[in-house]
Amino acid sequence: MSTSTATAPPEAPRGTKREILESAVVRFCGDSGDGMQVTGSQFTNTAALFGNDLSTFPDFPAEIRAPQGTLPGVSGFQVNFSSTEVHTPGDSVDVLIAMNPAALKTNVADLRAGGILIVNSDSFNEVDFKKAKIKSNPLEDGSLAGFRVFQVDLLKLTKAATKDTGLDAKSVDRSKNFFALGMCYWLFGRSMEGSLRWIDAKFKGQIAEANKLTLRAGYAYCEATEAYQTAAYEVAPARLPAGTYRNLSGNSALAMGLIAASERSGLPLFLGSYPITPASDILHELSMYKNFGVITFQAEDEIAAVTSAIGASYGGCLATTTTSGPGMALKMEAIGLAIAVELPLVVVDIQRGGPSTGLPTKTEQADLFQAVFGRNSEAPLPVLAPATPGDCFWIALEACRIAIKYMTPVIVLSDGYLANGAEPWRVPSIDDLPAFPTKFRTDPEGYKPFMRDPETLARPWAVPGTAGLEHRIGGIEKQDVTGNIDYEPLNHDKMVRLRAAKVAGVVADVPDVVPAGDPEGDVVIVGWGSTYGSITAAMHALRAKGHKVGHIHIRHMNPLPKNLGEAMKRYKKVLVPEINLGQLAFILRGTYLVDAISYSKVEGKPFKTIEIENKVLEVMK
Amino acid sequence: MTAALPLTRKDFQTDQEVRWCPGCGDYAILAAVQSVFPELGVPREKFAMVSGIGCSSRFPYYMNTFGFHTIHGRAPAVATGLKVARPDLEVWVATGDGDSLSIGGNHTIHMLRRNVGLKVLLFNNKIYGLTKGQYSPTSEIGKKAKSTPFGSVDRPFSPLALALGAGATFIARSVDVIQPHLKTTLRRVASHKGTAFTEILQNCNIFNDGAWDAVAEKDVRDDNILFLEHGKPLVFGKARDKGIRENGFDIEVVTLGDGVTAADLVVHDEQHPSPAYAFMLASMDSRPGFPTPVGVLRAIDHAAYEDQVNEQVQQIVASKGKGDLGKLLHGPETWEIK
Repeated sequence: MSTSTATAPPEAPRGTKREILESAVVRFCGDSGDGMQVTGSQFTNTAALFGNDLSTFPDFPAEIRAPQGTLPGVSGFQVNFSSTEVHTPGDSVDVLIAMNPAALKTNVADLRAGGILIVNSDSFNEVDFKKAKIKSNPLEDGSLAGFRVFQVDLLKLTKAATKDTGLDAKSVDRSKNFFALGMCYWLFGRSMEGSLRWIDAKFKGQIAEANKLTLRAGYAYCEATEAYQTAAYEVAPARLPAGTYRNLSGNSALAMGLIAASERSGLPLFLGSYPITPASDILHELSMYKNFGVITFQAEDEIAAVTSAIGASYGGCLATTTTSGPGMALKMEAIGLAIAVELPLVVVDIQRGGPSTGLPTKTEQADLFQAVFGRNSEAPLPVLAPATPGDCFWIALEACRIAIKYMTPVIVLSDGYLANGAEPWRVPSIDDLPAFPTKFRTDPEGYKPFMRDPETLARPWAVPGTAGLEHRIGGIEKQDVTGNIDYEPLNHDKMVRLRAAKVAGVVADVPDVVPAGDPEGDVVIVGWGSTYGSITAAMHALRAKGHKVGHIHIRHMNPLPKNLGEAMKRYKKVLVPEINLGQLAFILRGTYLVDAISYSKVEGKPFKTIEIENKVLEVMK
Repeated sequence: MTAALPLTRKDFQTDQEVRWCPGCGDYAILAAVQSVFPELGVPREKFAMVSGIGCSSRFPYYMNTFGFHTIHGRAPAVATGLKVARPDLEVWVATGDGDSLSIGGNHTIHMLRRNVGLKVLLFNNKIYGLTKGQYSPTSEIGKKAKSTPFGSVDRPFSPLALALGAGATFIARSVDVIQPHLKTTLRRVASHKGTAFTEILQNCNIFNDGAWDAVAEKDVRDDNILFLEHGKPLVFGKARDKGIRENGFDIEVVTLGDGVTAADLVVHDEQHPSPAYAFMLASMDSRPGFPTPVGVLRAIDHAAYEDQVNEQVQQIVASKGKGDLGKLLHGPETWEIK
């Protein structure tokens, strides 16, 4: 164990020799007021601009400010950055920055043996131990013996760095995360330029000055302190496919995908939404883009959010509503209405831990049943699920295209992990985006509200204001073709089957699955949504060890891809890891009579690669 | 078929069989709406009727316009989305006391708060009709109904007082069977910018027959109803010999004559600077000895929500320039991989 305690930077030689790493996992953790999300995002952006492949995992409490220094108040941000392809935020942490004892206590278990631990020693005192419910000082009781511990008096050093700015004590305290960020930039030989620019754009006057001084001081401190010379690393840029890249989170990608769909369909975008974690960022983001003609409507509740969108869709908008699981539950009757009146609508569910309020800021995949089955009566609709943060863009586009083409509501199932997680994203050219220019029905000749396109079974979209097409729609059962109220038994049976056939027919637009890894063999890992990264990494690791393993990742949850049943049969075992109690596994068993083995974990966080790897080995036995 | 202007009442009738009970007050409301719509000079295709659930909400099926029969209580929210997306349309909402004040109460108050340009016809029959006779949020205390065989203990809402509390810019009241008054009121509703909230006292002859007899029956109503006219004193009574006079912070019913003249009475002002005046009118009918005011209780000018929303979008487009998708996709920072 190497320890360094310092309150002022001593002299040290320059020109550090850096150890080359393939990849590194850094986690910043501290109080929810310590700016850990900002610190992590800044480090991530710098790694992205440097050219690393990366994956992030922000993890924060539901409370905005839980009591300072306590265990429930700990907020963390983990980033895995690499010179090779990255699929997950990393199973274990190489460098852990802990701003207080509570953060250390809740995070140290993930630090790998021999990993670097930087602690803010200013906070390691009796008062903070008590808040963290720690009995003895971990810096002295030997419990950290397996790590390389660096004790830094972050607050004192930040005070020293900012003493000439005349900033008050509270503001100085809030700058200290930049000291830690500066240290990490030095440890990995990163430029501070991006963050300095960001500070200038984000803050003003004294605060900006203090943050910049603190960032530089953190960097200089490591540079000048001998102990850190043995902790200097380099992670080379990754060899990603050629192109222009940006860093992108799932919720931003979704917002952009909806705007792109508006442009490519030629329809104005309407978002009806009610604030809910972790979906609110989509509302925030779209409300900034009014210059794209976007109308954002913050509704009085979840029901008004979806029903206003249905009203806008009736009027001819590309209409969408965004929410999380509890909001979905409230919207379901209205989604049934959209199914009954056959209007396009995109419903985005950023899944979180449940039931009820559950774990608002933690991830889960347990709304699959709700999405596929969660309405009264026979009420099928297409369900899509993005696999990565960047995929949220493509899924949003696809959901809009299907909704319009088939005149149906479509549910997108993202989750908290994809929503807040970020990855490098290759920016597509606009010409690469699907175009689906939309035409409303205008010809009164032969028009009936529920006549159908023979190929898609979609009814015509005839918007109010079109002369000669006046008609009535509603949630009451309607007569085939005419749309008039009709309670006849045979007509109802026919309409139920027609609506089901229309949604089943969406399979024509669903690409066949192509398993990654081995196309046949011992085990196929079948996943959906945000488990993509962990499964991919596990599959690669297993194949590297000589196992015959494939990976099928489903993006179209309903209807399922045509060849899925066939593709699964080429393996001896089917393993389905999910952050729920086996919902996809249940659907696969019911649909294909396949002996799908469910692998469940519902801890509010993603699978580790090693967990899936071990499970595959276990089922192979 | 495309209908040419000028339109007639027939242009607004559908071929669908009207399925209200014989004798229902809804027929009278439908007739009044179908006779007023052609007068408005609006092409038929520009009308959209939106409704929730209940007897009143079958209304769109009988109007040959665009129509959307939605789900229980949600008509104001669906209509808000439609109106914001399509300010060019004339969007009317048909709803009832259960639909808009019970299950849809939240949407009703927020529609009013925002002042969305919707014409709301609230058919108030003080009962749940389509579910066969349960008391409603406007039923009087002690109401004996299917779900309250021993009488309800709930206090009722005054729909118009509630609307005022939510910031309504227009509230009116009329009676199903007083056709000329109902038509006059509908014309006013049609011309208001923002939410025009109208309570129509409507008889359910099956489950709550006679609920409004005091204000609807020809032989008694004149003593119980106060026809409001802007700029005119508040006079009522068969002999037009009674009026409403200010009394401190309150009002009182007085008889004209014996030194009391029309000049002593409150003069109706739809644009009274204080909503308290309209609130006094809206809640008058709940006080013994006072008449039920009908007509336009309040009508003030305020920007309509859909205009403000769309103007903001246009302003942002003008100031920032039309959105560039390519730039958006690139975000604040990119890097190249060769």
